[in-house]
Order: sequence, then C-alpha cells, then structure tokens
Amino acid sequence: MTTVNPRARDVVGEYKWGFHDDVQPLFIAEPGLSEEVVREISALKGEPDWMTEYRVDAYRTFCEKDDPTWAGSPGLLQAIDFDKIHYYVRATDRDSTNWDDVPEYIKDTFDKLGIPEAERQFLAGAGAQYDSEVVYHNIREDLAKQGVVFLGMDQGLAEHEELVREHFGTIVPSADNRYAALNSAVWSGGSFIYVPPGVNVEIPLQAYFRINTESMGQFERTLIIADEGSYVHYVEGCTAPIYSTDSLHSAVVEIIVKKDARVRYTTIQNWSNNVYNLVTKRAAAYENAVMEWVDGNIGSKLTMKYPSVFLMEPGAHGEILSLAFAGDGQHQDAGGKVVHVAPRTTSAVVSKSVSRGSGRTSYRGLLKVHEGAEDSSSTVRCDALLLDERSRSDTYPTMEVDEERVNIGHEASVSKLGEDQLFYLMSRGITEEEAAKMVVNGFVEPIVKELPMEYAIELNRLIELQMEGSVG
Amino acid sequence: MSERAAESPILDVRGLKVSIAGPPELQIVRGVDLAVRAGEVHALMGPNGSGKSTLASAIAGSPAYLVDEGQVLLHGEDVTALAADERARRGLFLSFQYPTAIPGVTMVNLLRASLKARRGTEPSAREFLAELRETLATLKMDESFARRYVNDGFSGGEKKRAEILQLGMLKPTLAILDETDSGLDVDALRTVAEGVNALRSPEIGILIITHYERILNYVTPDFVHVLVDGRIVRSGDVSLAKRIEAEGYDPILRAIGEGATPVAAATGGE
Repeated sequence: MTTVNPRARDVVGEYKWGFHDDVQPLFIAEPGLSEEVVREISALKGEPDWMTEYRVDAYRTFCEKDDPTWAGSPGLLQAIDFDKIHYYVRATDRDSTNWDDVPEYIKDTFDKLGIPEAERQFLAGAGAQYDSEVVYHNIREDLAKQGVVFLGMDQGLAEHEELVREHFGTIVPSADNRYAALNSAVWSGGSFIYVPPGVNVEIPLQAYFRINTESMGQFERTLIIADEGSYVHYVEGCTAPIYSTDSLHSAVVEIIVKKDARVRYTTIQNWSNNVYNLVTKRAAAYENAVMEWVDGNIGSKLTMKYPSVFLMEPGAHGEILSLAFAGDGQHQDAGGKVVHVAPRTTSAVVSKSVSRGSGRTSYRGLLKVHEGAEDSSSTVRCDALLLDERSRSDTYPTMEVDEERVNIGHEASVSKLGEDQLFYLMSRGITEEEAAKMVVNGFVEPIVKELPMEYAIELNRLIELQMEGSVG
Repeated sequence: MSERAAESPILDVRGLKVSIAGPPELQIVRGVDLAVRAGEVHALMGPNGSGKSTLASAIAGSPAYLVDEGQVLLHGEDVTALAADERARRGLFLSFQYPTAIPGVTMVNLLRASLKARRGTEPSAREFLAELRETLATLKMDESFARRYVNDGFSGGEKKRAEILQLGMLKPTLAILDETDSGLDVDALRTVAEGVNALRSPEIGILIITHYERILNYVTPDFVHVLVDGRIVRSGDVSLAKRIEAEGYDPILRAIGEGATPVAAATGGE
C-alpha cells in the first residue's frame, strides 16, 4: 500500500520517512479557504457554537493580516499558495484508544515509524495524528486514575468543554500573527493535556504527527494545563512524505504552568523538505513554575518557530534549548522569546545551529524585561556551526530591558568545521566522514543530552543522515 | 606480514621534502631520511623553527602540509598518498604538541571510536572499561577525566596526559610524540615519561620530538638526531643529547655554518 516517491532521493538524500500511503481519505476538503470551509470543518466536528464563531473570527483576522516581512528568505513565505492547500483531510472516522482498531494502512505507517513500540517501551501515553485527525491516543491506566487527561484536542473540547473554553486562545490569541490566526480558523487535532495538582507524570507523554496527503495543511492545536505542583514531559515528533508540491504545517501550542508546576515540551521535527513549518508555541509560567522548551528542527523547507515563555509571577523560570540543522535548500529560522513580567524571574536560552550546503540557519531571539521585574536574570547563548563555504548563519537577537536591577548575559559564536579537529580525529584512525559526524554531534551535545535517551539516539541518527556525503 | 616486511623498519622516511599547504607554499622539511625499527626509541631534537613539528605532522598525514618529494613507509608500505586515518589504522599514532578541543565529545567516545576504527569491531564494554581504568591508574589520572570533553578546558598538563592516555589505549606500533614534554612541570613530566616507558616493547617504535633534553632524562633514547633548517645534521646516541644539554645548539650550528641564518639565530640554544 505504500510507495516510495522516486524523487525522494533527489530532494533530501536518504530521507527515511518519505513514503506515502495510497489511500483515499474518508473526507477531503476541496483546496482553498473561505468562511464556508471554516464553518464546514466546525460542523463536521460537531463543535459548540462559540468555537465555530471563534474560528470564523480568526479566519477574518487571517484575511486581514500580512505575512511577516522579516523572516525567511525573500519570497519564500509568499510562495505558499493558500488556494491549493487542503485544509482538512480525515482518513478515519474515529479516534481510538485501541491500537487494533486503527485502520491497517495507518497502523503500518506508524509501525514503520516505531510508535506503538515506543509506547510500550518508554512512554506513559501516546497519541498519533494522521493528516487532520488524531487516530489514536492512549494513556497508562494509573495516570488516568490520578486524573491526568491526555486526549486529542477535538475530544478534549467535547469532553472538557469548560476547561478548554477557559484557556483556549488565552496564551496565543488568534490575532497574534497570521499563522496563529490561520490555525485558530482551521485547527484540527493536536493534544489536550491536563495534569491535576501535585501529580507527577514521571515518564513522557508523546504525540506523533504525520502528514500523508499531498498539498495538505496540518493545523494541530495543543493545550497543556499543568495544575499547581504538577509535572509533565510532553514529546512530539513529526514526519511527512515527499511530494512535488509543498505542504503546510502551522500549529499553535499553548501551555499554562501554574504555581510550582513544571512542564517540559520536547519537539523533534523531521518534516520532509517540502513542508513549511510555521508554528506558534507559547507558555505562561506562574509563581515558582518552570517551563522548558527543547526544540529540535531537522527537517522542513522553512521553519519559523520561536518557542516563548512569559514569566508571569515571582520566581518563575523559563528555559529554551533550540537546535536546528539546515541542509541543502532548507531554512531554519528558529530561536526563542522570553518575557520577564515579574520580579525574581530567571531564564536561559541556548541555541545551537548547524548549516550545510545551501542551508541557512537564523537565530531570532527576543528578551524582554518589563519594568518592575527586578532581580531577574537571563542568559542567552547561541552558537552556529558552518559545515562548508556555502552554508550560512545569521543571528538576530533583540533585547528590550526596561528594568535596571537585572542581570543579563548574551554570548554568540560562529565556527566552521575545523580542519584541525578533523585531522585530530583522523589521526586516531577515524574516517573523515565519521570525524565530521563526531564534531557535529559533539556540537549539539548540550541539547541532545537533555532528551530522553531514545530520542537522543534518534536525533543523533537524524543528524548523521543529514551529514551523509557532506565530506570528501 | 611477509618476512621481508617484518624485517623492514616500522617507519622509513626517505628523502622527504615538505611544504606548508600555503599560500604561500614554503618548504620547511628539506630532505629527511629516518628509519625507526621495532623496539627502538629515537629522539629528534632541534631549535625552534627547524621543522620538527612539520615533519611529525607530515608523517601522520596532515592535510596542512604537502609532500614535495620523497616517501613515508610504514611497515614497508608506501603511505605517502594515504589520508591520516588510513595511516593511523596501519599503526601510527601522533601525540600532538597542541591537541585541539572537541566540545561535546567525551574522552570515552573518542577512545571507543578510535579503537573501533583501528580494530574493525567495537570493543566490549567490560574489556574497554578494564583497559581504561588500568591506563588511567598508570597515568595517575582520575576516572572522571574519561567523561570530560576532549581537551575542552584542559590545562596544558591535562592535554599532554590525555594524549598519553590515548597512546596507552590505542597501542600503536609507531608512536610520534611531538613536544609532549613542553609545558609540563616536573611531576607531570615524570608521569608522562612513565607512560611512555610502560609502552616500550620490542614491537613498538617511538619517535620523540623535543626542543629540550628534559624528557630524555626519563626516557633514554637509542638514537638522537638533530634537525636544523629542515635537515638532519647530526645523528648519534644519547651522548649527543647530553652535549646539547651542556652546550646548547650553537656549536652544532657553527659547525655546519648555519649559525647566522635568521631562523636558527633567533631561536638558537634555549
């Protein structure tokens, strides 16, 4: 049922997840976007009226807003043809908690990606989204008994409407930016997580996002609420087939970290190189809460993603670890935003980027300290590694500090894959290609060591795939 | 290995001329012949700027240098055209004068990858750990050292000991120690020298490159060569090193009529 696109190798070398399933989805919206399409999606989902109106309102905002002019290579964003995108594709008619109920071909796909295996081995719960809809989610029984909720966003809305209504769109308003507006209009799937006070979800919850349909737009929406003193680690992974036309992935993630709670959100993004990945991720951290973003971007054509933390109350801590690898034809425009609103708040941003061939990485960061956020401190460190003469990296750090009693540190470096490092490793018997991989894996080590071991291994492997043929 | 190959020197440098890969291309080694046989320890001495490190790097296959003429043979095989990793897998080890830092790669990573590359198979964890502990103990190094990133934030002495740790673990058949004694205090020097002595065996050839004779007080060489301006101008036994210790390089430079060359004049003696 699956075929490998022969163009795959031309596009990204050995992209392992470039296959696609040749099946007719149950429902596929006509390409193009209108208020009618937005209302149709909402009706299909049987949503409450307030959500329908929220979507329509967001659609109007989307129509009014322009693309940001500051990011990406010139014309790259403007090349997205919104009239050719399928905004909603449903492959199956239900979201199952039993893996056996998932349609065979979808199961095959996720089997190939190792999802059920991963869940059995080291996850507290897993979700899988195929095109627009979540096809599977499950959570360990003991956690469910403690009141932990882990659902697809649509099901979350259906089963916990009041909780969703209270928080949805409060962290990322639909008017935040053009793509947040688009997501708010046509969102489908994503995860809804609620962790009750004091509950510690020791092992990660994972969601896996897969685009299958050509010229598809995936607009998942995730809302995580960590109640007082709780802890949860959420991990997401993304892949897509390789088609000759581009797909769009535009997610919105909102996280609320209440007093003394801690949330870690880890992303390993490995979209194929024809996916626009335009994502708004933001968290609000309250008194003594800790929010950590670990963001790895390996795939996509253009990624624009700046995970943000708003430190709302005293003692809150935010951390952003960002890793980007841009191979030929890729532009990773990534970074992070930290906003210190309250006193004694702390933050740390570490960004590592690697560019190869015609690949471009940009670090774009905003550090804002409001007046009154005294005794706060922040450190920003961004390092770029260029693998050859053609590759490129830029840094755009912005700092707006309106409070004097703060401690701010910023360091940036750009280095080239050094001949002396290669010679040193080669003089030990290691081949040039292996040596280059070691240097790059060493460079990203400070980020990778923050990942659960299985993901660290996967990420190192992805980077090694990206490095194939880069030397000699 | 054929009998003939077994009889040939481990390292055989023939008429070697080496330039910096430039630009500008500048010939630094200007015709060196040197043979190191199994079980022998050779010391290559010479004033700063005489080409010692260039010779060592060229023998190891550094892409920073070009071989203009001559050959490098390892175990009788011409390796002049081979890359550094292929030479290393044939038994060569270079202890660097200025080892480079590789952030994020631990000493353990490096050692395992090197052993795997040399042996073709990954060493078993148990075997590796036992070897590592023993070698660390010999070098009076704490075990935490193995978990640190290669040369990253190491002191001068730690870098040199890290080189000797690799030497001890990789067990080459030809070891070139490039100024391994420089920048070491007496205790560290003694430890490093003990590491080298522990390695001496009838199977291995060792080439010690040094500006001073200090290390030779701890590791007694079988042969001593003096390199001046890219050529070996004197060869002898350990008494040659003693003479340089007593008199410096000036008498040799005067004898060969090079005393006035800018390179030697600027750096002659100590």
